[in-house]
Amino acid sequence: MQAPRDFWHFEKDISGCGVFGVIDRARRLIPGSEPIAAMCTMHDRGNGLGGGFAAYGIYPDRADWYAFHLMCDDRDALERAEGVIKQFHDIRHSEPIPTRKVASVKNPPVVWRYFVTPKANRPAWATGDEADYMVGTVMHINTRVPGVFVFSSGKDMGAFKGVGFPEDIADFFRLDEYHAHMWTGHNRFPTNTPGWWGGAHPFTLLDWAIVHNGEISSYGINKRYLCQHGYECTLMTDTEVVAYLIDLLIRKHGLTKREASWVFAPPFWDEVDRMPEAEREAFKALRMVYGSALLNGPFAILVTDSNGMMGLNDRVKLRPLVVAEKGDRVFMSSEESSIREVSRDLDRVWAPKAGQPVIIDYLPQGGAA
Amino acid sequence: MHVKPISQHFNDFVIERERARCINCEVCVRQCSYEAHFWDEARQFVVHDSARCVGCHRCAAMCPTSCLTIRKKPSDFRDNSLWTSTYIKHIFKQADTGGVLLSGMGNPQPKPIYWDNMLLDASQVTNPSIDPLREPMELRTFLGAKPDAVDFIHTPEGLRLKQPLPPQLQLEYPIMFAAMSFGAINFNLHVAMARAATQLGICYNTGEGGLHPDLYQYGANTIVQVASGRFGVHKDYLNAGAAVEIKVGQGAKPGIGGHLPGEKIDEEVSRTRMVPQGSDAISPAPHHDIYSIEDLLQLIYAIKESTRYRVPVAVKIAAVHNAPAIASGIVRAGADIVVIDGFRGGTGAAPTMIRDNVGIPIELALASVDNRLRDEGIRNHASLVVAGGVRCSADVVKAIALGADAVYIGTAALVAVGCTLCGRCYTGKCPWGIATNAAQLKKRQNPDVAAQRMANLVRAWGHEIQEMLGGMGLNSIESLRGNRDKLRGVGLNDVELGVLGIKHAGL
Repeated sequence: MQAPRDFWHFEKDISGCGVFGVIDRARRLIPGSEPIAAMCTMHDRGNGLGGGFAAYGIYPDRADWYAFHLMCDDRDALERAEGVIKQFHDIRHSEPIPTRKVASVKNPPVVWRYFVTPKANRPAWATGDEADYMVGTVMHINTRVPGVFVFSSGKDMGAFKGVGFPEDIADFFRLDEYHAHMWTGHNRFPTNTPGWWGGAHPFTLLDWAIVHNGEISSYGINKRYLCQHGYECTLMTDTEVVAYLIDLLIRKHGLTKREASWVFAPPFWDEVDRMPEAEREAFKALRMVYGSALLNGPFAILVTDSNGMMGLNDRVKLRPLVVAEKGDRVFMSSEESSIREVSRDLDRVWAPKAGQPVIIDYLPQGGAA
Repeated sequence: MHVKPISQHFNDFVIERERARCINCEVCVRQCSYEAHFWDEARQFVVHDSARCVGCHRCAAMCPTSCLTIRKKPSDFRDNSLWTSTYIKHIFKQADTGGVLLSGMGNPQPKPIYWDNMLLDASQVTNPSIDPLREPMELRTFLGAKPDAVDFIHTPEGLRLKQPLPPQLQLEYPIMFAAMSFGAINFNLHVAMARAATQLGICYNTGEGGLHPDLYQYGANTIVQVASGRFGVHKDYLNAGAAVEIKVGQGAKPGIGGHLPGEKIDEEVSRTRMVPQGSDAISPAPHHDIYSIEDLLQLIYAIKESTRYRVPVAVKIAAVHNAPAIASGIVRAGADIVVIDGFRGGTGAAPTMIRDNVGIPIELALASVDNRLRDEGIRNHASLVVAGGVRCSADVVKAIALGADAVYIGTAALVAVGCTLCGRCYTGKCPWGIATNAAQLKKRQNPDVAAQRMANLVRAWGHEIQEMLGGMGLNSIESLRGNRDKLRGVGLNDVELGVLGIKHAGL
């Protein structure tokens, strides 16, 4: 077969999910237009079957309350979910999530948000701490209440996601009207699971939000491991396991983000074998105990919570991840172009090594740059 | 009137000799321990008696002119789906002797082999497959109890464990040589297994025959077994190995004890086993100090005490109907490793009816035990090792995907050194020099050559496992362990798929 005429004009169809994150370490507000513009730059990394954003610091007046974002098939489903929420929590405020009609977003679900606090007189069986109680509610609704998913459940943060290109989803959720001190965005090119509203990124639990480019080949065992610890994977997308594993490892088992990153992308045995003995034993233990939580396969993930952002690649770096700094702002993205789109002048740009986390925390409150 | 018993007329094999090629060198005469070949003084050439042939193929393998062919005997009884020739011959034999039918090696019955009805996944496009020739591919496996979480101390020098993990067995391949006792197989092969295991960074298992003093040097790669007969068990023995395995059951003969005939007990075996020379060594069916799970717990902790909590303790059971509940009890009794031996497991000698009719396929037992331990939240508290009919690296990969940490290979290791599964191990006349202690036969196994062949086999499987892992887009074995998404069933019914916990192909 001959090459087409003028074949040099044909370009490769660039595809694969795109992730973007920006954090202002001094908690100065960043308008929604910035992450939207960055995601627009990476339009070709998605295929219109998923887009989403997570934003931190968007509910300052209700920062002490858990914000439940719900997507429901219909009003009946919403009422069923509300019944469950009322049973376990005090609803401080509830409202539809503001949206606008967007031609390209077809058949959106009913989206609603509840600001809640757990009931003071929680049932006696709820012996876990408050966070466990909240996770229990989320799992209960996601697995037992038909037609409803809680897609965000943290404090002073929210996830917004759906089927469409990120810019369409942003338009739909009116994200240009929000300001946050940390944003992540995701453009989805679903391959092995359907493009559906619940399957879009970010995946969240409490104030954890995960955006992911790649595919978790170890999903089967990660899912079974999580089941042992009370996390049921219902969203048909591999990234869900990252959100739950983070919650398990960091919140429940007390690992740091860096230690969790060593679980997800551990150093190779030949590196471990060269470590000093005490350190070697620690790394061996981490691998032995959490082997089922190792994330195998290609990935670049951005993990955010109320303390900051972590970017991490798989241990052979099969997906791109670029990090850049400008003053107090740190950007992480699949492509440098998206960072340059919103901040042309950067102090430092680098591509983190395979399996080496980039952990950016907020400066202490009132701290200087 | 017949001068010979009926059964001797219905031999299984015929020996065919191409007379034109036979040079009457008598190699076959010397090689056949069953005396199927012999020198005919009157006619001055080598002749044979097919009735004595057990189908070991030793003569054919050694014949310098390849003039020998061993075939199944073509004549057969009248077709009958119920009364097959196997059962007719069994009855002839038992009518001759009034004894229990004995068999060696594993169950050859045409029962389902689930390995063959499971297929593996491979990456295409979305997650790249990994080329193990260019990228790291990690097979290292640790066997032993692990806590649910680890506690660290953060020091300026780096990460430190708050308290050490329980003892672990480190394996460079998820494969070990199964328990085959000194006596059942001979010293040369024990040396070979020990050397191969040491070369490979894996472990071999002594079986219930004790540990020969010359093999203590390989202790770091040795699992010492404690069976009901307690042969060769003493404090130094327990402390010689890297792990101790309590054998409760064996896949080839669940619920049955062991029996090493006196003929196999020569001076060395006698010394190692601590039994009189020439007397039968009989392991009772039960351990006479274990009649409950609490008793097992006491033995586990007695062994842990005597080894100063330095090595993991394994408990081996046969795959039986209630294996999941038993395994759960074993883990709760403090075992660090649970070993399950399926109904295809090999043996030196087992009553044929037991071997062929007792127990369940290892695939089903493994899947249900792994599930049960996960359901109960105790999967981390013990490693799972399976044995019994693992024939190739794909079986290993499928076992690990179903939930095993590692596998034992016994028959495969013997095949590597020449075993042709003729199934006459209990006669002590193994022409390949494997299941025999007869001086003239055992020297057919050179420990160095045998070690090399065993090590080659595991290395070859290791390469294949790495290729399969890479094909699935995984670069470490722990991401495969229990990852049943990587398996699909073909031609299995809903119940079988449910027990295995896998989807049917196409879903």
